[in-house]
Amino acid sequence: MRYMITLKATAKPTTPPPAELMEAITALGQEATAAGALLDTNGLAPSAEGARVELVGGKLSVTDGPFAEAKELISYALYQVRSKEEAIEWTSRFLKLHRDLWDGWEGEADIWRVFGPEDFAPGA
Amino acid sequence: MLESVVMTGGDPRQAIEAVWRIESARVIAGLARMVGDVGLAEELAQDALVAALERWPESGVPDNPGGWLMLTAKHRAIDLLRRRSRYDQKLVELGRDMEIRQEAAEAELDDALDDHIGDDLLRLLFTACHPVLSTEGRLALTLRLLGGLTTEEIARAFLVPEPTVAQRIVRAKRTLADRRVKIEMPAPDELAERLSSVLEVVYLIFNEGYSPTAGADWMRTSLCEEALRLGRVLAGLMPDEAEVHGLVALMEIQASRAAARIGPDGAAVTLLDQDRRLWDRLLIRRGLEALGRAEALGRLGPYGLQAAIAACHARALSPEDTDWERIAALYRLLAHVAPSPVVELNRAVAVSMAYGPERGLEIADRLVTERALANYPQLPAVRGDLLERLGRLDEAGEEFERAVGLTRNEQERALFTARVAALRERGAQEGTGRR
Repeated sequence: MRYMITLKATAKPTTPPPAELMEAITALGQEATAAGALLDTNGLAPSAEGARVELVGGKLSVTDGPFAEAKELISYALYQVRSKEEAIEWTSRFLKLHRDLWDGWEGEADIWRVFGPEDFAPGA
Repeated sequence: MLESVVMTGGDPRQAIEAVWRIESARVIAGLARMVGDVGLAEELAQDALVAALERWPESGVPDNPGGWLMLTAKHRAIDLLRRRSRYDQKLVELGRDMEIRQEAAEAELDDALDDHIGDDLLRLLFTACHPVLSTEGRLALTLRLLGGLTTEEIARAFLVPEPTVAQRIVRAKRTLADRRVKIEMPAPDELAERLSSVLEVVYLIFNEGYSPTAGADWMRTSLCEEALRLGRVLAGLMPDEAEVHGLVALMEIQASRAAARIGPDGAAVTLLDQDRRLWDRLLIRRGLEALGRAEALGRLGPYGLQAAIAACHARALSPEDTDWERIAALYRLLAHVAPSPVVELNRAVAVSMAYGPERGLEIADRLVTERALANYPQLPAVRGDLLERLGRLDEAGEEFERAVGLTRNEQERALFTARVAALRERGAQEGTGRR
């Protein structure tokens, strides 16, 4: 089963992310990759560098970032694991690093199951 | 400081089992190094799991769950060995006991899982795949010890009764103990052979899940994921072994076709008929990267060559884009490093695609006397196909009739029967045309 995990920050300290946090994140990523669980992950640049394409009432519109949302999407990860609980466990480890190494940071990670071949199997 | 996670969603038992899945192989591997017995190591680890199931729902999952499980199991090991040594004052055990006591005294939660982990995992994997064990025993033990699967899950995956799997595991553990197999890395002169046994086990697990006989049971398809996971772990532990990357590449690319290989009616779809838009691009990318790592390490072995062939298909956006000359050349290399009549038959197909049916038929014809293929329906099916392309319709029809008689797969039988009928019709039409 694959899970996509999206991470949003809700409260950011004024200080930049400490080097220890970045190192710990890299180490955890290595561990999850070595365990065969982490397939892909990347950080996302601020939405000011992005754009939004919308379809409303049959009309397309393009708006440059930043988006108005209070919570910025800051990274994504794609895991292949055996259960939702395993995805929750890896995600919890990721957030614990933020708790322990970056005072004042708050955020939320959403876990989405990605459809796979099993969802399209005959009789599924 | 042990801070717990507030859990409002999910079942704590399942959360603990998820931690177990992630940590169990490392915990068992570390314990196996200490007690020198995989059976005992697994029992101790199971005891630690039971303790976690009792403790964690109230205390919360600790920050370093792997370290917690390891330390708990270590304490059990010390108790057990102390009790044993009271009755049985064997020096060896005493020596080990002392060693463990000292280790445990030094152990802190944070470093209970130490630097040995990678080596421990490798030793455990080589032990679980040891040649003294039967193939079935190796598969079951590997899934149990390295995959953290329960006996029931393994039984479901292999479509056999649970007691059968339980027995295979018990027998395998007993064999390892009786034959005094040491939990250690193979000697350098044995490494290549022992590694090929490990790779064989991983690929057998993959194929068990990938085989077209697979039912709709989720556990069976998850065997593919389990094998991929084991392969990726192994690639991390033995990054200099080309064949490990070759096997990972092969499995990633084969797995990328999972959604395309079964049609809406449940029938298998052959490679060239698959809708390539359904292929998983991420797995293809990962497979090609793994193949690149294998190629960078030197000459490709059997798995690397099969991966290179699979990669030719993966790179082709449509069947017409397939580089058949390269595939034919790769089969030639494969036939050289791992000779087998089945490889030769595949080479015949590739050669026919690259250089025409006549050249392919020459190779296929040489296989007719091959005893290993006497009951192999693909041989007459391939020959029938090549003969048809050469316009030798009567002979082609005979070959497909032979294939119908040999196959035990209902889908294949229907496919071959349809070919026979089509050939007869074509033969009749062309016959009338000529008159």
